[in-house]
Amino acid sequence: MQGSVLYNLGFAAIVCVACAIVVSSSAVALRERQEINQTLDMQRNVLVAAGLAAPDEALEPDEIEARFAPITQVVIDRETGAATDADPTGFDPRAAAADPDTSEAAPPNNAGLQRVADQALVYELRGDGGALDLVVLPVHGLGLWGILYGFVALDADLETIRGLTYYEHKETPGLGGEVDNPRWKSLWNGRKAFGPDGAPAIEVIKGLAGPPADDPYRVDGLAGATMTSRGVTNMLRFWLDEQGFGPYLEALRTRRDG
Amino acid sequence: MAKTRDALIDPLFNNNPIALQVLGICSALAVTTRMDTALVMSVAVVVVIMSSNFFVSALRNQIPTNIRIIVQLTIIASLVIVVDQVLKAYLFELSKQLTVFVGLIITNCIIMGRAEAYAMQNPPGMSLIDGLGNGLGYGAILMITAFIRELLGSGTVFGTTVLPLASEAGWYTPNGLMVLSPAAFFIIGFLIWALRSWKTDQVEAE
Repeated sequence: MQGSVLYNLGFAAIVCVACAIVVSSSAVALRERQEINQTLDMQRNVLVAAGLAAPDEALEPDEIEARFAPITQVVIDRETGAATDADPTGFDPRAAAADPDTSEAAPPNNAGLQRVADQALVYELRGDGGALDLVVLPVHGLGLWGILYGFVALDADLETIRGLTYYEHKETPGLGGEVDNPRWKSLWNGRKAFGPDGAPAIEVIKGLAGPPADDPYRVDGLAGATMTSRGVTNMLRFWLDEQGFGPYLEALRTRRDG
Repeated sequence: MAKTRDALIDPLFNNNPIALQVLGICSALAVTTRMDTALVMSVAVVVVIMSSNFFVSALRNQIPTNIRIIVQLTIIASLVIVVDQVLKAYLFELSKQLTVFVGLIITNCIIMGRAEAYAMQNPPGMSLIDGLGNGLGYGAILMITAFIRELLGSGTVFGTTVLPLASEAGWYTPNGLMVLSPAAFFIIGFLIWALRSWKTDQVEAE
């Protein structure tokens, strides 16, 4: 019996079915917890960019939720900048950028982007009376080894940067990987994103920049990581400009100024 | 009893899967920049290798010889996926840092090697112990390498600062090589050298 083709096929089938049951039941049983983890992770990154949590702060899930509670998630239309009524909880920016139905070929850019999603998920923190306190925008673009994904937070004046944080990148540890360095990240707070003419002017330079008051448009370069520094500049210029969140920021300005 | 002890202790020094058989190097390079990721990886490999040895051994008399490799691989792959799912659910931060390397346990030759070389010939109990021994042998090398790399590369041990960094008002200038993969090659090379100087019977004949 053993060694016959029928036995082999039968044995293979039983092993496959048994393994499939184990794998799929573990995936189904743990899915809910994994999704909660992913949401918490994203919320935490938004809080870090907004300056509402320290990068290395140990936070319990309910603490993250409590701090995130005043933040509204809004799905906006990238071209018009208007808020849409799409459900922000189910919105997956990367899936949206990959799907031809919900994205378009990126305009010529040096941020290394092939496609951009038609919609984007932004985070607004509003104080009492609905006045905007700050807004957190997702940014991504090519560094040296791959795409960096992060958030940039703008103050209520929609000009001053409150923080920049990356939650995923493949840059070289110790060089480009220093985008994670809390000291470097702290250099962003207080810089101006836009020049006097209204175009994005923020730039990561080679060498050292002055304090934000004297040197508002420039940030220290990452030593030994020219490509990563340039990538950060390029992605911020792209996303803060017309093809990126320009229309949305314009809509916020109009709304603020009445 | 002596056989049980040998199955457990032998893979630690005498027949270490990384140092003597030079298997599983890829993951050893990738996950040893920090001790916490190395520890999670070691535990994951111990769990996978023990269970795969156990199941393969339990089925060893039923597995048809001509499809045994693919059957072993199916069992190992399923176990790895389950471990990966559990890590994503309960140790999300670390599983994010381990990225694809948990999934790549499937291709870790140590696990296939033990299933094929040991579990196919021995009863489940002994196979379980053999798996534990080999997993610990792999883990031991991983932890030593991670300790050296994290200490010299970041000045920390398990994330706790031991050598205060010059960039944060301390005195230690970290060694940039240690955070890159080649450092693991050098350290494992030195470990193999040390081990073979101590146990000269491991030296291969010229």
